[in-house]
Amino acid sequence: MNDPQTHEPDHLEIKDLAVSFDGFKAISGVDLALKQGRLHFLIGPNGAGKTTLVDALTGLVKASGHATYRGKDLLSLKSHQIVRAGVGRTFQTATVFEELSVLQNLDIAGGVHRSAWGMIMARRKVPTYVEEALETIGLQDVSRRPAGVLAHGQKQWLEIGMLLVQDAKVMFLDETVAGMSAEEREETGELLRRICPDRTIVVIEHDMDFVRTFADIVTVMHGGKVLTEGTVAEIQANPQVQEVYLGRSAEGTAHA
Amino acid sequence: MDVVISQTFTGASYGATLLLVALGLTLTFGQMGVINMAHGEFLMAGAYSAYMTQQLITNADISIIFALPFAFIVAGLLGLLLEVLVISRMYHRTLDTLLVTFGVSLVLQQAAKDIFGAQAKAVKAPSWLHGQIPIFGYRYPLTQLFILVLSIACVIGLTSLLKYTGFGRQIRATVQNRDLAETVGVSTRSIDRLTFFIGSGLAGVAGVAVTLITATESTMGQEYIIWAFLVVVAGGIGQIKGAVIAAFALGITRAFLTYWTDGSMAVVLTFLLVVVFLQVRPQGLFATRTRSLA
Amino acid sequence: MNARVMAFKAYFPLIGIAILALFLLVIAPGALSSFRLNNLGKYCCYAIAGVGIGLAWGRGGMLVLGQGLFFGLGAYAMGMHLKLEAAGPDAVPDFMMNFGSGVLPAWWAPFRSGAFTIAAIVVIPALVALVLGLAVFKRRIKGAYFAILSQALTVAFGALLVSQIKYTGGQTGLNSLSTFFGYNLYDPVNKKMIYMITAVILIVMLLITFQLYRSRFGEVLIATRDQEERVRFLGYDPANIKVVAFVIAAIMASIGGAMFVPMAGLINPREVSALASIMLIAGVALGGRATLLGPAIGALVVGYGRTSLSEAYPDQWTYFLGAMFIIVILFIPNGLTSVIPKAWQALNRRRTDIKEVEAV
Repeated sequence: MNDPQTHEPDHLEIKDLAVSFDGFKAISGVDLALKQGRLHFLIGPNGAGKTTLVDALTGLVKASGHATYRGKDLLSLKSHQIVRAGVGRTFQTATVFEELSVLQNLDIAGGVHRSAWGMIMARRKVPTYVEEALETIGLQDVSRRPAGVLAHGQKQWLEIGMLLVQDAKVMFLDETVAGMSAEEREETGELLRRICPDRTIVVIEHDMDFVRTFADIVTVMHGGKVLTEGTVAEIQANPQVQEVYLGRSAEGTAHA
Repeated sequence: MDVVISQTFTGASYGATLLLVALGLTLTFGQMGVINMAHGEFLMAGAYSAYMTQQLITNADISIIFALPFAFIVAGLLGLLLEVLVISRMYHRTLDTLLVTFGVSLVLQQAAKDIFGAQAKAVKAPSWLHGQIPIFGYRYPLTQLFILVLSIACVIGLTSLLKYTGFGRQIRATVQNRDLAETVGVSTRSIDRLTFFIGSGLAGVAGVAVTLITATESTMGQEYIIWAFLVVVAGGIGQIKGAVIAAFALGITRAFLTYWTDGSMAVVLTFLLVVVFLQVRPQGLFATRTRSLA
Repeated sequence: MNARVMAFKAYFPLIGIAILALFLLVIAPGALSSFRLNNLGKYCCYAIAGVGIGLAWGRGGMLVLGQGLFFGLGAYAMGMHLKLEAAGPDAVPDFMMNFGSGVLPAWWAPFRSGAFTIAAIVVIPALVALVLGLAVFKRRIKGAYFAILSQALTVAFGALLVSQIKYTGGQTGLNSLSTFFGYNLYDPVNKKMIYMITAVILIVMLLITFQLYRSRFGEVLIATRDQEERVRFLGYDPANIKVVAFVIAAIMASIGGAMFVPMAGLINPREVSALASIMLIAGVALGGRATLLGPAIGALVVGYGRTSLSEAYPDQWTYFLGAMFIIVILFIPNGLTSVIPKAWQALNRRRTDIKEVEAV
């Protein structure tokens, strides 16, 4: 019933999304449009419902409302089906398969494209899309190392690389640069810029410097609701946002 | 109608025994995540404690009164020993605790056989538990009524221990957030040991109760262990009220199925019913819900 | 150079399989008496089941405590066929005359056919494992729950075998078997042939598992074991991955059980009990659950140990078994075969260190 031609092809439309845990409303009434080709940041104080929103959109928690992507309602799908629909995510703590090598980690993410027969065969050569992802995230030199020995930042890049191999058109990145050095943040930001044009990238972030440098658009969440949305400049000028952040991480907005 | 009443009572008695065994497991498995396959052998140790008590105090009327605390302590100490020597080395390896404690259970069974002989021992029931009491026209054996009362008493005791005492609060704190509990001054290691002591001790109490209805032998624990685990699984991890409901439901279901089919068919069907039940509620009757995994 | 060494190293297990094959197919038949060879054949049956357990438990993280159920399904399927063979065409097995109505139950009848029996040995356990696996893994029932449930089902299966004496021969099971697909079971030549078939099956199972381990499926299986939730976000349903491994393990256990029957000459509930299931786990744990050859070698060792120790010290044998569980799981959780490569690595590292020093 959702004719793709009347919509932009890559456009995740969230309508009236709500999640409650045993009566407690974690988020409610969220309307959002996530469009392709821009770096979309999701900010807000702790407990604002950012991660819960992403959990709901990726099938980890039950939610009411609608989240339509390419004519599919994500809220009715299971996690692995959502991934197959082209929506991927990372977690706050990088979760890579520590015993497998970087290459194997990337390769395993390509399962969405493979037939059952391909599964029982061994990998003969590195598929080109794995090679490309490896290059994009810049981990060629460590490709045969077990992922467990990677530095924190490298693990996060590996996760992004796995999303590239999956060919996730919508990526939710949960606090990807937390704990990274300034240099690593810079590289991560540029990596995101590189892969952004043909994707929808949503980053949950606390670091306002990072947000200011790379955000095309920012959504502020507070108390389980969307407070406001706009460019960095608009957000920083918004008195409501300043109020929410005052006393919590005042320095974030004060430097504006 | 008579059948309904008699099977309900038979099932309730069996459920009460299961509950006694399962109560200890809700502590060790539910609260601590240890699958202790030797729990059945702690029950066996409790039963032999009752036997030994009766060798010393030959008057069956009073020996059971001494046997209950004695069995609690014997089984509790065995549990404590197991915790300190073996299990403390392998928290977070739940499935491996199962295998290690299985080894312990084999050793304990053989040890009991070597100490007490392969012949089953009989423990005399006190005379004040001879006879039956009529309820709704069903003549309910006093021994079974005693087990029922004992198990309810243990449930109440354990619940109030967890709810109202400082020790109980410390246990719950340790289960919910170990690191946090430690930072606020709870010695989580001693809590682990004490939890294991009480959980295993309860198996000993169950062992004394079981001597009233069956003979005491080295393999008697095997009869109950799987069922007791199923009670914990169906009731929900670490949930005492879940264990109570599950134990009686399982016991009564099995009693009715035994009546309609036969003993072993009832076992098979009850097991399958548990599998089906877990389809509906994979976390058991009562589940502690958490926010998300990340 | 690195890539070539890596590619070569990937085939290391094949050398191990070749050595095992040499031992089982060439050396043992020449060196062992017919009786000993027959015993070795039984251990091979445990090993076949063990290879499956290694796949499901070692690689897949599912503690399959109830493989006795599948071992039993295969064994009883084979037992029924051989029992009917022993009774002769149109006749009814002896125990049915004694305990039953003397009429062959309808569900026994197809087992007169050898082809049907072989198909049943593969298909029945596969179906049971499929249903059970879907029921458990799709609903995300926890690992510990799965272990307890699978053991419970084995107990139930054993109880059923004992009670349905009219159909299963009860406690005594199916005995007095005389032929194996027409070959006399007591002829040493046939005995050797049956042993050889079993040993070849074991080697084939190892080769299949070798391929599975190096395949992408093998990688995803490990990934599922270590981080099930993460695998979901790669677009796989981890339940499907686990079910596949579980079904394969069940089939292997069933085949092991089936081959056990002609060598033991009987099958009874004791051989498929919860304890028998644990014995299978013991071998796998000892050998090394996550390795390819460990489970097979461990099962052979435990089988041998059980026979020789329980003959010499019938009572202390239980202590041995119990102590082995405790020591292996506690101190060498990855099994004996994990110790060897580690020692080898340590040795090698020393050597290369020396070389590098010399080169400088």
